[in-house]
Amino acid sequence: MRAYSLYLFRRLTQFVLVVFIGMNIAYAVTHSTPIDPVEQTISAATSFGSTSPDVIAKMRQSLRELYGLQGSPWQQYAAFWKRVAAGDFGPSLSAFPTPVSELIARAIPWTAGLLTVSTLLSWALGNLLGGLAGYYRQSSLLRVAGVVAMGLHPIPYYIVAFALLIVFGFVWPVLPITGGAEMNLAPGFGIAFVESVVVHSILPVASLVLVGLGGWFMGMRSLVSNIVSEDYVIYAELAGVDRRRILISYVMRNALVPQVTGLAMSLGAIFNGAIITEQVFGYPGIGSLLVGAVHAGDYSLLLGITAVSIVAVSAAVLLIDLLYPLLDPRVKIG
Amino acid sequence: MGPAGAEVVLTVERLQAYYQVSSFGIEREVRAVDGVSLTIRPSEIYGLAGESSCGKTTLVKAITAAIRPPLRVLGGSVTYRFRDRQVNLYDLDATSLAEIRWRHLSYIMQGSMSVLNPLRRVRSSFVDFAFHHIGKPMTKFIGIVEAHLERLHLEPSVLDAYPHELSGGMRQRVTIALATVCRPDFIAADEPTTALDVVVQKSVLAMIRETQRQIGASMMFVTHDMAVHANLSDRLGIMYAGRLVEEGTTAEVFRRPAHPYTAHLIASLPRIGDTEAREGLGGTPPSLADPPPGCRFHPRCPLAMDACRREIPEMAWISETHRVACFAAAGAAA
Amino acid sequence: MFKILRDLLRYNREFAAGVALLGVVILIGAASFFSPYPAADSFVVPPDLAPSWPHILGTTSRGQDVFWQLAFAIRNTLLFGFSVAILSRLISLVVGLVAGYASGIVDRVLMSITDSFIVIPLFPILVMFYFVMRERMSWAWLALAMAAFGWAYDARLIRSVALSLRTREFTQTSIFSGMSMRQILVEEHLPYVLPIVFSTTMNNINWSIGLEVTLSVLGFTNVDTPTIGMMIYWANQHTALVAGVWWWIAFPVALVVITFIGLFLLAVSMNEYIDPRSRLARMGE
Repeated sequence: MRAYSLYLFRRLTQFVLVVFIGMNIAYAVTHSTPIDPVEQTISAATSFGSTSPDVIAKMRQSLRELYGLQGSPWQQYAAFWKRVAAGDFGPSLSAFPTPVSELIARAIPWTAGLLTVSTLLSWALGNLLGGLAGYYRQSSLLRVAGVVAMGLHPIPYYIVAFALLIVFGFVWPVLPITGGAEMNLAPGFGIAFVESVVVHSILPVASLVLVGLGGWFMGMRSLVSNIVSEDYVIYAELAGVDRRRILISYVMRNALVPQVTGLAMSLGAIFNGAIITEQVFGYPGIGSLLVGAVHAGDYSLLLGITAVSIVAVSAAVLLIDLLYPLLDPRVKIG
Repeated sequence: MGPAGAEVVLTVERLQAYYQVSSFGIEREVRAVDGVSLTIRPSEIYGLAGESSCGKTTLVKAITAAIRPPLRVLGGSVTYRFRDRQVNLYDLDATSLAEIRWRHLSYIMQGSMSVLNPLRRVRSSFVDFAFHHIGKPMTKFIGIVEAHLERLHLEPSVLDAYPHELSGGMRQRVTIALATVCRPDFIAADEPTTALDVVVQKSVLAMIRETQRQIGASMMFVTHDMAVHANLSDRLGIMYAGRLVEEGTTAEVFRRPAHPYTAHLIASLPRIGDTEAREGLGGTPPSLADPPPGCRFHPRCPLAMDACRREIPEMAWISETHRVACFAAAGAAA
Repeated sequence: MFKILRDLLRYNREFAAGVALLGVVILIGAASFFSPYPAADSFVVPPDLAPSWPHILGTTSRGQDVFWQLAFAIRNTLLFGFSVAILSRLISLVVGLVAGYASGIVDRVLMSITDSFIVIPLFPILVMFYFVMRERMSWAWLALAMAAFGWAYDARLIRSVALSLRTREFTQTSIFSGMSMRQILVEEHLPYVLPIVFSTTMNNINWSIGLEVTLSVLGFTNVDTPTIGMMIYWANQHTALVAGVWWWIAFPVALVVITFIGLFLLAVSMNEYIDPRSRLARMGE
């Protein structure tokens, strides 16, 4: 147990490091913008009539406070971290005065759902097919499946999503191509709403899975074909252990361990893919929010999304890291 | 002449097993086992000796049906006699083969450091390998396993350990216990003690001897270490360049080696009190992809005659239990 | 190294296919030097013409010949991908080799930083970068930004190669026989490191082109230079699909997909070549 505490500590330290580096990059990038968010808000607020200079001055003051642009660079930096810790990024410029955190909170469930479903699906399916392909090398069906999966893999998420959009939007319009659910349905766990959510997620999920499948397939297939020549597999075969049992308990089980590590390492890339795909299908998650923020020049929303993305992905990686020793008893947790 | 009226457990006849490799346009055939014939009797330990890459391991693979590409059996036969039935190893279908594996024929692999599934406890290997052979309910089965372990002076608690938690020697002992738990008729052991230090070697060898005596199995024990053969083997076979060149009782082979190669092998063993300088054998073992014509030893043999360069010497009996494949030796004994 | 490439070309189908595909792509890119129309000009030919002679791939709604635009686009896209790959190779090599050879605390620290860069989601940061730079965003800046993130994954791969080389017997032998570190690195180790650098370069080019296309399509890059992503961006701006001008989108997409698959095949076949166990397994089949 003590050994695990040490491991836990190391992983937490890594988590903190990642978040720290990421946040600093985000802060550095946003605070070198030539755009002054305060002036932008003021010009937007005063564009429909004239306002007295006193009122404008007061607005300027309070906005400066709200956007954390008070004081010296060091004070701003410290204030920034205080806000991050509290999860408060100020109001959104484009949807003023809605706080950024609220906008993000509304979008996150969509992205989280999309990500979880498509990641799990492509990981599980890719590993299963890849494992079978590595073990049953003669199967032509598996070989064809492999070629297809690997052919799609190098293509960027955007293009695959776009292609699906064209096919199902123009050529064979049987599936909805925008939105997270039907507009007129009340959100909740009612059957109609849930069904609508599922139908609307088919294309985004399919797009992500098609691209992701190939990577896991290739990795698993090569792992499995190496593992089958390992001593413990050969020995089990020599002992006449049932072939299916060997496949599951000896081969797959051992091959999945590095694949879990691979999952942790690819979460950043998968996240990228998800938010890009959302944009194509108008899916109301973080991705669409992000692109909208850029076009609207909404600096605080942008910063908020970036910060949340960094924390979310790092937390997911941390979670996987912590569960890893349960899978592999050999992990040197000391 | 030959061993008269003796029952045999294993009959190998003119076995040929080659590695057939083709890479980047080059084809190569390595004649690892080239026409070997021998028999093994019940409850006897047959030692197989010879230098590295003389084909010993390939022979063991061939008699335990552990052949996989690029290794192929091209000719000859391997026949076992278990209790009352006769089995031709290469005529069996997969199910029958799985049935005799472990129950009648087991194998202790070279480098048994990593033959246990690293992600599961030792217990699961016992269950996977032996449970369906023993055919008793699980609690009874575990009881049998624990009793077996105790008889071999192993703690039953070893069942709960993961392989990496055990020392090399411990793992080897567990593997021996695993290979003998079904009380097989024949055990093939390939260099089971080579990777261990001398002190552990001694206790593991003692364990092997005791186990063999307890269950009355026959054994083919392969090692290049002549001292081990002197200690353990009842009969001894010497292999050189893919062929069996001499065979006899251990005492005979050690005291009256007939083949010049054997003679040199025995002479090179250090003896207590002997202060003479040891002389190595000139030259190197032949390439098995392109072996010399006739007797494969002739390039290095001090007794080489004209016939040796042209014809392959067959095994000839020079006593009731001693045979040798050498024109010079056979001539001398005639 | 050349011997390796030659052998691969002769015996490995995937490698040969990759070279062929890439060859086609590069040829088209090279054709841009002979283009009768300057890249940035618009309305030089009648717009919205379907593929026919002399405009074999049709024309765009902005009055440009699709074929010649495509030639420029793929040239720029390839150049971009290539520069990012080179820049990030430099960083990966340095980090990977230093971590692999130095080991100990240096290794640990470098790996922690590398892992951080692997985990941080790049897209939001690149978007923010564009947001900040706006009109001042140039390809050079974007390339630098992407190289600053694209090195991490490959640094790990190179590190593991360096680690295994360091502990190999022949390294110790070389050290004992008096070879200098530089000699060892160049004469003994480089042949092992080069193939993996090659395959990671192919992957990296794919990755950076993919990201460029994505950013361009969303309009997050410099809109003046024609690249594959830009072509799709303009096509979208002119609602090409709805207007039925499908050739404006189809051909850039097709060409870039060919590029991706070609590079991918090269990387995969090189990887297979590197892995000795897969080679051994294939020998017996």
